[in-house]
Amino acid sequence: MSGSPNVGTVYRWELRKLRAQKRTYLGLGAAAAVPVIFVVATSLRGGGPNDVAFGRYIHDTGLAIPLVLLLFGSIWMFPLITALVAGDIVAAEDGNGTLKTILTRSLERGQVFGGKLLAAWTYAVAAIFLNGAVALVAGTIASGFNPLVSLSGTTVSAPRGLLLVALSLLVYLIPIIAIACVGLLLSTITHNSAAAVVGTLIFSLMLQLIGILPGLGATRPYLLSTQFDAWQGLLRQPIDWQPIVRAAWVCTLYAVPATVWAYLAFLRRDVAGG
Amino acid sequence: MQNDAAPVEVRGLVKRYGDLVAVAGVDLTVEPGDVYGYLGPNGAGKTTSLRMMLGLIRPTAGQVRLFGRDPQVTVHALEGVAGFVEAPRFYPYLSGLENLRMMAAFDGADAAERIGPSLDIVDLADRARDRVGGYSHGMRQRLGIAGALLRNPRLMLLDEPTTGLDPGGMRDMRLLVRRLAGEGITVVLSSHLLSEVEELCNRVAIVRSGSMVYEGHLSELRRTAGSGYRLRTTDDALAERVCRAQPGVTNVRAGDSELRFTADEPVVAQLSVALVESGAAILALAPEHATLEELFFRLTEGDENRDRVAPATLERAS
Repeated sequence: MSGSPNVGTVYRWELRKLRAQKRTYLGLGAAAAVPVIFVVATSLRGGGPNDVAFGRYIHDTGLAIPLVLLLFGSIWMFPLITALVAGDIVAAEDGNGTLKTILTRSLERGQVFGGKLLAAWTYAVAAIFLNGAVALVAGTIASGFNPLVSLSGTTVSAPRGLLLVALSLLVYLIPIIAIACVGLLLSTITHNSAAAVVGTLIFSLMLQLIGILPGLGATRPYLLSTQFDAWQGLLRQPIDWQPIVRAAWVCTLYAVPATVWAYLAFLRRDVAGG
Repeated sequence: MQNDAAPVEVRGLVKRYGDLVAVAGVDLTVEPGDVYGYLGPNGAGKTTSLRMMLGLIRPTAGQVRLFGRDPQVTVHALEGVAGFVEAPRFYPYLSGLENLRMMAAFDGADAAERIGPSLDIVDLADRARDRVGGYSHGMRQRLGIAGALLRNPRLMLLDEPTTGLDPGGMRDMRLLVRRLAGEGITVVLSSHLLSEVEELCNRVAIVRSGSMVYEGHLSELRRTAGSGYRLRTTDDALAERVCRAQPGVTNVRAGDSELRFTADEPVVAQLSVALVESGAAILALAPEHATLEELFFRLTEGDENRDRVAPATLERAS
């Protein structure tokens, strides 16, 4: 390898480091195992979560499974999986004392930060799509690849349903990316992996709590946690883009300040440990 | 233009953490080809200074120039510079080789081609494929040197490279440093081991509580060390007063049944006359070739020593 190292160099090595760590497989393993457990459990017991959207269709079509899991996963599973890596990615360097190792090479701090940010996002994206793919396959095996009933009560053909599920996963990534940015911020400023992972999860849970507190209902559309439901706009007929557009700008309002703060903190910090 | 600049130029370097002053104004210049010893007791601010030199910590005041460039402004200032502070650290879940590959990737240019030769130099080639998590302290230390060599450095900053090594490891590390210096690499080596600095370095800076107490050639320091004298008389208290009164006699210290002071030879001749005239008969007056170690302690613990000696002196005088 030759030439000047850049953000891409850091990114590739961050992924390589992720591949060599157990923590990575803990999150991805959970993302893959949960759909299987869900499908097996609901197949054995029959019935299902009838009170959530698509819950009553899980025995009719496999397409309903990933959607139900998106609903459940937004409470804490996906924020946790995202935080597991995003909260660790800078703080682990503090724990290992390796920041001094990488910051005394030929990379500017901003490049190191950029590579880490991209790696944290990549991991979150991988976890969501792994979860969705496993849910689709397991669901299709258990319930078949059949048409889906939309939230408007209309029937959507199976191929179009598949497209909508894929798009839903994409829209779901908007708040997930924002959570990853918050995790990276906590990772950068706490210097402590456990604190950053737990802090990110608590941040996510607190927002959900605010959303259900009486009198604070007006804040709900602007909470990061609410944006986890934006994908449901895709499953109306006609498609309701309004919650998706809102998710895009609301999440930007969380992600950008968190990232800028983390970036500046990373640039200015004294690397005194290790 | 970069080549004309000194490998390291530090001016008025200060680092404060709140009320705590870790580094209180360090000035030093390292010339090409120096093996420069940065010497001081633990907690003297050596590591903090080195971190500032490597751009890891922002100075509260003052500046660092490496070959004329400021490591606080750009990482390009570290071109041709390598080293580590405290123990070198690696990713424990990666092999030594993988760690080096990553460092080489982060160095860019032709660093990757030096992985093999560097492993050979530090004698780690046969363990390179093992995870660093299973490495001994000495192996990590050597891997740190290998990592530094990837940068093909003209300047190496090494922070206590022999600390924590067994005697064999210390010897190997010193041989390695000498070999690197022999190849023309300028080395800055911090240490709290005087013998190490004496063995390896041509110039030294001695720091105490964040401040410089000496900077210069080791040979000059030795010359300073040669001008001490030991004096035993029949009346030490009287002799001490005479010594303190004699112009040119400095650093008078009372020890157990003897006095020590620093003076030039002609002054000593005058002093011996003054002593006899005062009535303190001389039992022994001998030049003392202070070891570098004594000098070091005099420089780094000077104030404490004086405090410790003073009460005893008073007792005897009364």
